[in-house]
Amino acid sequence: MFDRRPFVAGLLVERGDLLVVTGLGSSTYDVAACGDHPLNFYLWSAMGTTAMVGLGLALARPDRRVAVITGDGDTLMGLGSLATIGVKQPDNLSIVVLDNRHYSATGMQPTHTAAGIDLAGTAESCRFRRVERVTELSRAAEMRKLLHTGQGPVFIHAQVEADDQKRIMPSRDGYAISRRFMQASGK
Amino acid sequence: MAQPEVPSSSHARKHAVWPSQIHAVFKRYSINQVGYVPDTGHAQLISLCQSDNEITDVVLTSEAEGAGLVLGASLGGQRAALLMQSSGVGNCINTFSLLRNCAIPCVILVTMRGEFADFNPWQVPMGSITEPTLKLCGFLTYRVEREEDIEDVVAAGCKMAFGGGNLQVAILLAQRMVDRIKPEGH
Repeated sequence: MFDRRPFVAGLLVERGDLLVVTGLGSSTYDVAACGDHPLNFYLWSAMGTTAMVGLGLALARPDRRVAVITGDGDTLMGLGSLATIGVKQPDNLSIVVLDNRHYSATGMQPTHTAAGIDLAGTAESCRFRRVERVTELSRAAEMRKLLHTGQGPVFIHAQVEADDQKRIMPSRDGYAISRRFMQASGK
Repeated sequence: MAQPEVPSSSHARKHAVWPSQIHAVFKRYSINQVGYVPDTGHAQLISLCQSDNEITDVVLTSEAEGAGLVLGASLGGQRAALLMQSSGVGNCINTFSLLRNCAIPCVILVTMRGEFADFNPWQVPMGSITEPTLKLCGFLTYRVEREEDIEDVVAAGCKMAFGGGNLQVAILLAQRMVDRIKPEGH
């Protein structure tokens, strides 16, 4: 297990034109902690839908790489979407799950992954082409490369420490962040 | 105790013109992604979308995945529509917040259940609150009772959604009308 912040920072170093969608809560704060970016889209509601936003975006932009960075709670709430992604097989989409086995936003109650539910195994069952189980921070650079060049759909299961880190708050103006994203990505 | 099946309608037929009219309106408004859960009422339209190279069709495990898909498509510069039954609207409520918060234009076509001679009374609770629910979620709603109105209403809905207002529009297709193209017992 390792610290989520340097891992996410490692994923996003020299990110180029990578499109990033973040799940509400901790993963949004982790990505924002790397610095706000016009090609970040932060979700602030509709828990469970982050992977689907990534899918819609990946299908609309086959010319670009899309990375969803989210948590175990969000992923568990939208498990069916892993199957939907498995059916569509977008080769430009990666899902990164920062699994701390807890709902940090609501007081660190355990999620189902704390009881051993295996999200990486679920992704394999859902026909993700590449599934990585990451237990060492030292693999961040390797995972970063996968986001940019791996044949998707890619699923990166990162076993991070169960802590509730400082909340770095990006904009919560959905209109502003969506239009900024569209303009910066040329749409 | 098992009861004998009562035929739901003596007028059941399998093909109608209106699904292809909806498809033509989708084309006119450059809708490139269509998300749906398989449905008998939408079957012809789904089939037209599947065989259209300019439309990416996405089969969902739950309607709750749909709003996320629409938002993602929109962030990528594409327009998207969703097809669902009235029961699916209930599955979406919280996720519709994405479309409101980000002012994402969207058209949803809803085949109604539980409102007219439905064989399954368990469809009634959701069917009877579908339209007010959509309104509470911020949608403009239109209801179509007659086949001859479909093309105009879907086109009007697309114009309201994609014509610059960034609105969320739901078009409810009356069960009495939709049932005519369903095989019996659906």
